[in-house]
Amino acid sequence: MSNYKTLDAADIAFIKNIINDPKRILCGEDINEEYSHDELSDTKSWPDLVVRVLSTEEVSKIMAYAYENNIPVTPRGAGTGLVGSSVPMEHGIMLDTTLMNHILELDQENLTITVEPGVLLMDLAAYVEEHDFFYPPDPGEKSATIGGNISTNAGGMRAVKYGVTRDYVRGLEVVLPDGRVLELGGKIVKNSSGYDLKDLIIGSEGTLGMVTKAVLKLLPLPKKTISLLIPFPTLSQAINTVPLIIQSKSIPTAIEFMQREVIIDAEKYLGKKFPDNQSDAYLLLKFDGSSEEEIERDYDDVAKICLEQGALDVLISDTEERDESIWKARGAFLEAIKGSTTYMDEVDCVVPRNRINELVEYIHSLDQEIQIRIKLFGHAGDGNLHVYILKDELSDEEWEIRMNKAMDLIYAKAHELEGKVSGEHGIGFAKKPYLSRSLSTDAIALMRGIKQVFDPKNLLNPHKICQ
Amino acid sequence: MNILVCIKQVPASSKVEVDPVTGVLKRNGVDSKMNPYDLYAIEAALRIREEKGGTISVVTMGPPQAAKVVREAYSLGVDRGAILSDRRFGGADVLATSYTIAQGIKKMGPFDLILCGKQTTDGDTAQVGAEVSEWLGIPSVANVCEIREVGDESIIVAMDMAEDVEITKVQYPCLLSVDKDIFQPRLPSYLKKQATKDREIPVYSLADMEDQEEMHYGLNGSPTQVQRIFPPEVNDSQEFWNGKGEELAERLFNKVKELKFI
Repeated sequence: MSNYKTLDAADIAFIKNIINDPKRILCGEDINEEYSHDELSDTKSWPDLVVRVLSTEEVSKIMAYAYENNIPVTPRGAGTGLVGSSVPMEHGIMLDTTLMNHILELDQENLTITVEPGVLLMDLAAYVEEHDFFYPPDPGEKSATIGGNISTNAGGMRAVKYGVTRDYVRGLEVVLPDGRVLELGGKIVKNSSGYDLKDLIIGSEGTLGMVTKAVLKLLPLPKKTISLLIPFPTLSQAINTVPLIIQSKSIPTAIEFMQREVIIDAEKYLGKKFPDNQSDAYLLLKFDGSSEEEIERDYDDVAKICLEQGALDVLISDTEERDESIWKARGAFLEAIKGSTTYMDEVDCVVPRNRINELVEYIHSLDQEIQIRIKLFGHAGDGNLHVYILKDELSDEEWEIRMNKAMDLIYAKAHELEGKVSGEHGIGFAKKPYLSRSLSTDAIALMRGIKQVFDPKNLLNPHKICQ
Repeated sequence: MNILVCIKQVPASSKVEVDPVTGVLKRNGVDSKMNPYDLYAIEAALRIREEKGGTISVVTMGPPQAAKVVREAYSLGVDRGAILSDRRFGGADVLATSYTIAQGIKKMGPFDLILCGKQTTDGDTAQVGAEVSEWLGIPSVANVCEIREVGDESIIVAMDMAEDVEITKVQYPCLLSVDKDIFQPRLPSYLKKQATKDREIPVYSLADMEDQEEMHYGLNGSPTQVQRIFPPEVNDSQEFWNGKGEELAERLFNKVKELKFI
């Protein structure tokens, strides 16, 4: 579809009138280059106008106007996405939510917090923890907005025990493409009242409606956490131990795996040494609970299992400083790998937890087969891998050929292992071909039908996911 | 080589509360941990032992519960440890504390090398290390940021004096206070923890000391009068700037220059 209207002076004047604050409207040269892409994808396209919205009312008015005038609209949070979800493929208006960053209400009776979409994940976590509450979803990118997390159904490192963003969204306020405002869900714990439209919005990457408010579920803050860093002689020994840990019924909040070469990248990136270097492969586990003694009892069995499986030792991180020395490195992996090469692309596939070793071994064999550098780490406990294919000094043509070959093979293998294209980063623009290959035509047709119902004029974030 | 590391148990949280009435740190009900700066000293000791062999001991002054940090030192690879504990040691200022520790060291020693962390996270005085060396009559080097060469008779270290770095050679026995980040401290080992869970931790009281004069210890031996204790002010003010890359870069440059970071 290309019958969109290109923004003209009259449109801009109308929107300026709605916003009434020139500093929050950017056009032409004032639009920073960042708005034309996200953190990783080479998907690049500039918006004609960026509006830094402050309220639902502003969003609603702009979307109503855009709908009437056939102007495409793309929502954007902090732009930390990796698949081009927030890139305005048809230009038009970009709605930047980062100024809608207010925490509206902490409801201690219902254990919920109501926030605007531009609240950063790190600010949300710090705020609730100050009040002895806990918002469990913990994606590595802490400077992402909660709106972005909802739009991709972000997972993160505590998914093994606590689940993903979807499990913590109780209610949403959503502006539909024509400007109507909808309240979905609420502070309720249960809800069997018809189709769950809220759940449809979560993970829809800003293609069905724009989230302008969210009611999130909170838990009491666990009093204590302890992490275990477990060096293994080989990566396969490490990963093969994961199903045994899960079988043991002790539930860590996180089970991550990492390799020396990625740790070295993180050390360089952070300018800080990792607290251990005796091995090439590690599992990193985290436990939480109400006391040190309780957690020690919990992890004791797991420590024994790991040692039986050949772990060289089990290292204990029980203080803020120790946790920081490990988890800061873990949190920096993406940026660190990015800094170690000229360009890269990523795969965020997810497979059943007991198949992850097969996938990792397969991916390791591709380095040789395709002659391209591949680095990976991931959430061993939930089957979600992050694979980075590095361009290094390859020519653009060679890069395209080898990268596409690597992607094709990795996604095909993940599919064969009964996995899915994306565990938490979403489909956006970059992963569309892999989604359509992995789903049945019926499923894709249903998705397109849903998009059509919400957005008959295809104005909201076009060319994404299933289009 | 016989190495001793001085360690201390401190509150686990960085948010230490002060009782507004008594002006004393609230320690009850607060989780404890080893003073994070001491971990650098232990790490330095472990690396020296890896190179030169020998044994590492730790000493801590505190209530019997301080056994927890000695156990932790064992799980890091330390060979032996002791607690200096006596009601009469209570209420000590830096002078009485360093005197007590020096007495304890005489009891446990002799040592070739004594290592301390830069300071503790609760008292923050950074004085005890140097004062211990005075009581023992041995040389001391503070702000040690690098260990250059571990010899049989002496050690060559670099000390960070803010304006410059001095390289110095000290004869054993001597005391070094090491800086944060001299090495990345290792993590406690589950295997070592299991292996040392029955290793004993002797407790030394006043009766074990060479000097048994009560007036030299604890509150009695402390000339310092504390007027008021208060948490330091935290400056977490932030500024956000928007603008074009070049303008922002120039503004940032001027700002860090103004703040004397460069």
